[in-house]
Amino acid sequence: MSRHVVAAARDIPPGGRKLVTVRGRPIAVFNLGGAYYGLLNRCPHQGGSLCEGVLTGLLQAPRPGEYVYSRKGEILRCPWHGWEFDIRTGQSYCDPERIRTRAYPVEVAAGQTVVEGPYVAETIAVTVEEDYVVVDV
Amino acid sequence: MSFAYPGGIDCDIHPAVPSLQALLPYLDEHWREQVAVRGMDELASIAYPANSPLTARPDWKPAKGPAGADLVRLRREALDPFATSLAICNCLYGVQLLFSEDMAAAFARAVNDWMAKEWLDRDPRLRASIVVPPQSVERAVDEIERCAKDSRFVQVLLLVMGDQPLGKRHYWPIYAAAERHGLTIGIHAGSAYHNPPTPVGWPSYYTEDYVGQAQAFQSQLTSLICEGVFNRYPNLKVALLESGFTWLPAHLWRLTKYWRGLRMEIPWVDRAPTDIVRSNVRLSLQPVDGPPTSTKEGRDSLLRIIDHLQSDELLLFSTDYPHWQFDGNAVLPEGLPPDLIRKIMIDNPLATYSRLALTAAKEPVR
Repeated sequence: MSRHVVAAARDIPPGGRKLVTVRGRPIAVFNLGGAYYGLLNRCPHQGGSLCEGVLTGLLQAPRPGEYVYSRKGEILRCPWHGWEFDIRTGQSYCDPERIRTRAYPVEVAAGQTVVEGPYVAETIAVTVEEDYVVVDV
Repeated sequence: MSFAYPGGIDCDIHPAVPSLQALLPYLDEHWREQVAVRGMDELASIAYPANSPLTARPDWKPAKGPAGADLVRLRREALDPFATSLAICNCLYGVQLLFSEDMAAAFARAVNDWMAKEWLDRDPRLRASIVVPPQSVERAVDEIERCAKDSRFVQVLLLVMGDQPLGKRHYWPIYAAAERHGLTIGIHAGSAYHNPPTPVGWPSYYTEDYVGQAQAFQSQLTSLICEGVFNRYPNLKVALLESGFTWLPAHLWRLTKYWRGLRMEIPWVDRAPTDIVRSNVRLSLQPVDGPPTSTKEGRDSLLRIIDHLQSDELLLFSTDYPHWQFDGNAVLPEGLPPDLIRKIMIDNPLATYSRLALTAAKEPVR
């Protein structure tokens, strides 16, 4: 596993998302209120681009007609057929054990540490003054 | 192929009301008089036209009157040849077709009392479904409460085509009552003819009507699952009767496929529909709507279809007496493995109808 600098933090503000490519893998990076998440940008169903999906909450119902809404913004719906995925784990709602997309750890690193390494920054020019979004692949 | 399986439990036979006159002793005075004053004829439904080949097997058809109306013949034709230990009577009479809920309730009550006295009291192998007036949910529940005291009633009978989809909350008091009393909900082929019997409108021919029953079963199954009936009543068992079963795998693939993307509108459906069917829904054997099993190719095809059900607990033995679904004693398709036959004949019916265990047959099997 290696750590890749994929964007300046200010390029993916809270509520933002960005499709990046790391070692040939398309990865959708999301910023939810300051926390970053990365998912392989390929729905396990038919290959839809998850980066273009809508972020919703988790809707559950202890009984018919009783709607319990939680985890606002943490459920990603594939833009093609509406399958739901947990943005934290990549697991599907419908079959979490068998149907999932790969989740990648994402974090923010200060420019000073990024400059020192051992990060890989193939396409991003790095300066010590900025914070950077780093994906483990 | 000759077939008898001692101890088998037949989950769908049809004792017939010989004529409206037979119900008169079981109607209260007001309705008994109304039958005469109004000049009421039979409550006959076109669901099983008298002379349709399907309605009565030729060797089970009497010279006069409806098939299945005579207990002696029913014993000889439906019970003895298959060494049946218990059989569940589903009386198909026009109760559900009426538009007056009072009249429907009166006739439902009469049919149930007639069933208990004329059939259940006279043969210890017989059990029955409670005929209810779905025109009024309140009265249907009253009838369930009244009949549930008699443990020989093991099921509540509904037609597959009524006024509304059966999953609607409107009908839930019926399911609550059934679950409370350990009664299975039996959904049988047939229509109240309050709606066209196909989703595309009124067909011209009986063939279209009968074949179209399978689509109605699909819609009802979808409705029960999507409306959350099995989430609200997790112990409820639903038996689809005279539904056929080879359509089920394809329908469940379709339903489960779309549930994956659309489940947010029915969030209470928190399991795949396939799993819900496995725990709560059963289907009667006849009519077997699969390939003929007289050849190896046919047998293999049917076994593949059964394999697609992904469970050996779904099918319930039934003759569908006196409807013409098979000849001779060939009630079971050929080539089924012995373990599956045992499940179909005995284990699955016992697991589906919890009330069968309440009443052991009083006499040995003849």
